[in-house]
Amino acid sequence: MKDFVQLFEQLDQTTKTNKKVAALKSYFDAADDMDKLWTIAILSHRRPKRSVRTALLREWASEAANLPLWLFEESYHIVGDLAETIALIHPNLESKNDKSLSEWVQFIIDLKPLSDEEQKEKVLWVWNNLNEKERFVFNKLLTGGWRVGLSQKLMTRALAQHAEVEENSLTHRLMGNWRAETTTYHELIESSDPADQYSKPYPFYLAYALEGEPQNLGDVSEWQAEWKWDGIRGQIIIRNNELFVWSRGEELMTDKFPEFQELVEALPNGTVLDGEIIPFKDGKPLNFATMQTRISRKNVSKAILKSAPIVMIVYDILEFEGKDLRETPMKERRQILERMVKKQKSGTLMLSKVLELDSWNKLIEVRTTSRENNAEGLMLKRKDSTYKIGRKKGDWWKWKVDPLTIDAVMIYAMRGHGRRANLYTDYTFAVWDGEKLVPFAKAYSGLTDKEIKRVDAFVKKNTVDKFGPVRSVSPELVFEVAFEGIAKSSRHKSGVALRFPRIHRWREDKPAAEANTKEDLMRMLDDFG
Amino acid sequence: MPLLQFTEKGIYCKRANVYIDPWKPVDYAIITHAHADHSRWGNKFYLSHHLSKPIIQHRLGQDISIESMEYGESRTINGVNFSFYPAGHIIGSAQVRVEYKGEIWVASGDYKLEDDGFCAPFEPVKCNVFITECTFGLPVFKWKPQAEVFAEINAWWRKNKAEGKATVLAGYSLGKAQRILQGIDPSIGKVFNHGAIEKTNEIIRNMGVSLNETIYVEPKMKKKDFEGSLIIAPPGALGSSWQKKFPAYEVGMASGWMKVRGTRRRESLDRGFVLSDHADWGGLNTAIKATECQKVIVTHGYTDIFSKWLNNQGIETTVESTEFEGEMNETAND
Repeated sequence: MKDFVQLFEQLDQTTKTNKKVAALKSYFDAADDMDKLWTIAILSHRRPKRSVRTALLREWASEAANLPLWLFEESYHIVGDLAETIALIHPNLESKNDKSLSEWVQFIIDLKPLSDEEQKEKVLWVWNNLNEKERFVFNKLLTGGWRVGLSQKLMTRALAQHAEVEENSLTHRLMGNWRAETTTYHELIESSDPADQYSKPYPFYLAYALEGEPQNLGDVSEWQAEWKWDGIRGQIIIRNNELFVWSRGEELMTDKFPEFQELVEALPNGTVLDGEIIPFKDGKPLNFATMQTRISRKNVSKAILKSAPIVMIVYDILEFEGKDLRETPMKERRQILERMVKKQKSGTLMLSKVLELDSWNKLIEVRTTSRENNAEGLMLKRKDSTYKIGRKKGDWWKWKVDPLTIDAVMIYAMRGHGRRANLYTDYTFAVWDGEKLVPFAKAYSGLTDKEIKRVDAFVKKNTVDKFGPVRSVSPELVFEVAFEGIAKSSRHKSGVALRFPRIHRWREDKPAAEANTKEDLMRMLDDFG
Repeated sequence: MPLLQFTEKGIYCKRANVYIDPWKPVDYAIITHAHADHSRWGNKFYLSHHLSKPIIQHRLGQDISIESMEYGESRTINGVNFSFYPAGHIIGSAQVRVEYKGEIWVASGDYKLEDDGFCAPFEPVKCNVFITECTFGLPVFKWKPQAEVFAEINAWWRKNKAEGKATVLAGYSLGKAQRILQGIDPSIGKVFNHGAIEKTNEIIRNMGVSLNETIYVEPKMKKKDFEGSLIIAPPGALGSSWQKKFPAYEVGMASGWMKVRGTRRRESLDRGFVLSDHADWGGLNTAIKATECQKVIVTHGYTDIFSKWLNNQGIETTVESTEFEGEMNETAND
């Protein structure tokens, strides 16, 4: 695994994408097919399932280092990474053994059926035979949740250079639910035409946020505007009389949405649609919280189907009668899409409405009504645009409405993970309810590194109490918290759940007493909930 | 009455009316070392080690009232004997041994156990009560011998030089910068220094301590002057406009915090080298045992965790809060 550990170090040591791609390419050039396949799987979040419980790993690690478990836990809170904490705390320094990456992965898969005792013996053997860096990489394979700061896009680029396959075609090959356990490098990368695998989705075309005024986009007649819905971006595939529903995160979600089964009858084979899946009832969209409760359930019950029925608001067609339409201009795709959706009789497909657009000023006005229409803003698409791969500038833009904001007091702080290790970066915010502060949101992003350091120093100096990794702090700092939506919630103390809360800015000008109140929050719920 | 107590002004010896590293102005301040959080402004009189004196004067003004003494020397005030022992932290750093009628306390300031080949190496001092920092008081902090770290730094510098790049390495101006300067292989190339470091070097050289040759980074210099060279800079200079004068370069940092991947990554560095002037986990535990003390007082760092650990080990330990910057200072000043 030395070559893989070295690759990991190289990726970790640099922030420059060119260097990362070069390191990965030269790794691919030297690695055998099994190691290449597993590297692709690991870097595209297709690790083997976790085979050992992390509670056991903590126990064994502290025992092997002859340290009490509480001290291990404290160290973990500060290091912010379990695999790393175990690697650092373990006494062995030398590397005494080596296996290839794929052999280690197999070793990990083989741990799964073993008893706790047998697992312990094997894992301790590994820790005692690897050096600190190798141990860290092994633990990462074992525990999952790996961020190496290398996007799938860059991985694909390096692989394309190595395999001499065109990057877009490779992106397509790497989509879908392949597993390293059941395929080979040759099958995945070299041999098959991706279109042969009929469950495979197309890579999604993603929009950037519009910066500046829409006028800069040029002639308004070249553009199409639609509502931007807040649901799950998805792809519906009908091929070989079968239905596949993919999320943008490349998760196969067919079972979560049994409503779409009727589309196998309603749509012709060789159809791929792109759209937003949203809960929709009595002629209007429900909020995203409804969707969340639905997709978090393991089984979709009858009650859920009734209380949170879903539809797809379709806005694009990528394949028609088995033919890839992505190079066809959008206005032609739109005509095909309209004909198809109008023809079918199912209740689960709705055509995304094209908004009247005779001037940019009109559009600016329409955008201000987004929230009333339960939309998060607008999408702007060039009428003659092709359907591209990944996030690209130029032809598609998202233009969201400004978020809702509220001024809140920070009352708890927790240390972050990964890059934010050992810094208090995760905060809980509260609003006033009379004399009391009621927590209503957690947020951990939105501040600059400099601000984070200052807040971190404040937390350390103004700690009132500690509970494990959490500190309560004296309620002094006020932040403007921004969020996309607000919904009633019985699971939250404050009675509301926020959508995408984050820190908008630090209100250093505001004393805590002037933060917003629970009443203000309730008013927002009435207006926008 | 304890021999030393913790007051709102600092570590106080009432019998002698003397403070050690006070954080508020007092009449008589004994200083463990010249870092800013230990030798502060405003005291009427300072007593430090010889090698700290010129640095403190440079920072606080030539007009302060300051005297100095050697390791092993002592001074008796109202029957209380104060003496200095090497702390191994930076040049001139001292542990302050305080003795009265056979009772001995040691205020160790900041310290490390490894001999860095530049400052006087740490000497354990037997005592009844040991006052210690614990900046890196967690078992994840284990240092490698510095020879291995310098081999890594030299290899990195050589590689950068071969690629025609400059090498920028960050370490704080007093202590780490000189340790780097004396630890690297000067045959690889030219060594440049940021102004803040060059100033400190000048003071050290004026004390008669020799340092490897360095060149001050001057505004008039051209990009190509720096090709293949090593540039030592304080962490605060990273990302500032000061760097614009350099050709293509890689950036590294030498600090104990580089042990943790998250800290290393958020500094957006090309390389992080684990090199600290503070004791690691093993060092802290070894140092405490070597004092054979009956009681430990921890002052800064992961104090809650480290004191709990020591108490569990059967070593009576309490935490006193101070204004020394253990946990606060992050990478800037370890």
